[in-house]
Amino acid sequence: MDNLILTQDSLVSVHNLTFSRGEKKIFDDISLEFERGKITAIMGPSGTGKTTLLKIIGGQLYPEKGSVTINGRDVHHLKREDLYILRKRMGMLFQSGALLTDMNVFDNVAYPVREHTNLPESMIRSLVLMKLEAVGLRGARDLMPNELSGGMARRVALARAIALDPMMIMYDEPFTGQDPISMGALVLLIKSLNTTLGLTSIIVSHDVHETAAIADYIYVLAGGKVVGQGTPQEIQESSSEWVQQFMNGAADGPVHFHYPAKEYMDDLLHSEKAFKPLFTRQRPLSDRKAKRKRYS
Amino acid sequence: MEFFRYLGASTRTSFTKLGRASFFLISILSGISSVIVRPRLLLKQLHSVGVLSFLIITISGLFVGMVLGLQGFYILSRFGAEETLGVMVAASLVRELGPVVAALLFAGRAGSALTAEIGLMKATEQLSGMEMMAIDPIKRIISPRFLAGFLSMPLLAALFSAVGIIGGQMVGSGLLGVDDGAYWSQMRANLDFQGDIINGVIKSVVFGFVTSWIALFEGYDAIPTAEGVSRATTRTVVNSAFSILGLDFILTALMFGDN
Repeated sequence: MDNLILTQDSLVSVHNLTFSRGEKKIFDDISLEFERGKITAIMGPSGTGKTTLLKIIGGQLYPEKGSVTINGRDVHHLKREDLYILRKRMGMLFQSGALLTDMNVFDNVAYPVREHTNLPESMIRSLVLMKLEAVGLRGARDLMPNELSGGMARRVALARAIALDPMMIMYDEPFTGQDPISMGALVLLIKSLNTTLGLTSIIVSHDVHETAAIADYIYVLAGGKVVGQGTPQEIQESSSEWVQQFMNGAADGPVHFHYPAKEYMDDLLHSEKAFKPLFTRQRPLSDRKAKRKRYS
Repeated sequence: MEFFRYLGASTRTSFTKLGRASFFLISILSGISSVIVRPRLLLKQLHSVGVLSFLIITISGLFVGMVLGLQGFYILSRFGAEETLGVMVAASLVRELGPVVAALLFAGRAGSALTAEIGLMKATEQLSGMEMMAIDPIKRIISPRFLAGFLSMPLLAALFSAVGIIGGQMVGSGLLGVDDGAYWSQMRANLDFQGDIINGVIKSVVFGFVTSWIALFEGYDAIPTAEGVSRATTRTVVNSAFSILGLDFILTALMFGDN
């Protein structure tokens, strides 16, 4: 509980969350708070479970221990119908955009509106065009997802995410793989949407500068723990080795460059597979056993 | 000892998968009511699963019928019974080859396409995206495809048999000199509606159900990578073929066992 900031106005609260995949502990008793109307960033090296955290908040994955409450409701104890009612008020921007590939841009944005409301088609048209105008893609309404660039696809997905005027949006790596112009456009867009629509935004990212430029509060995750938290200024000035390694992009530090392995020389000299011929009449017994283990 | 461990682990994995597939089937069936309310979802899938399979079914049915006509004529003419060629061709098609071969072709064309489509939707997070938009992907994506496959299969099998019978007639009467009237009248006189045609339809309904279930489950259960989707697609074709042929034996034994 020591790394929990206690605020009266949190929209999303993560309490003592523990989550594992197989033997690996992804989160080890972490607690986070996401304030209403603010942009909160979750940062950390690749593989620390940032996307997993969003899926847990969205109720797609269940924690081993701990709880996630959104607007005072425990996400993982809701009935399916209630969870769907809650999700109508949550938007999520996936890393890939997750646009439906058999629909054009207009229909993708209109999809949640058509599914969840009985609005007449003329009103849906106006609504969709307003959302597309907000992301600068009103002119691209007839394009299919395969005709869009990565940045455009994310902006369309963003228009779809805000189609039902949600109370919060979760962004999964919104800046990854974007050219500087698209990245700049997305940074501005996230900030302006947050301000104009009064959204609560959760950004998962490892793009330090772009995220720090718009975030109100940052959590840095590593090794299943919250290793740093604070305003962007506080994070920049943090004395934590973990935070400093991440913010300065140092190749080695508390997060090791090398994946855990046995001694290098030992590995080179005693590898049983190092000189294995490409074609053998019969695989060695150890290899066959290993394969069986993989399948078991 | 290692062998028994492997055997035990494989058996457990298979049963676990069967359990997942059963729960998946229950959720598909419970989602069918929402498809009936929105027939447009079904019509679109009927087109891609059923209508687009017309060509492969028609051409294959024609050639299978022609081969049956040819082989049947060679055998029947030895006994001077070539006039009964129509019965032989029609019975073979309606009872067995129509449902079975059409189902195998259906699994290869439509089944593999369904698995790849669902698997790729999973890999590109489209299904997760729908979940997060509070839209149930089972109701909107899976159930319409299942129903389309289930409804298309008997129609495609009937088409296969009908075209095959015409193919047999083209070869038998057109090329080999079997009397055209005898071909059709023998068929009408000796083919039983209940015993042959309805049983054939029942078979194709069962095959349509199983093939659509396997195809959709494999796609939904696929590991969301290029290799995972590729393996799932292969499993769909292989498992569907085994299921169709195995079920055909069981159904044939039950339907025609006392003849």
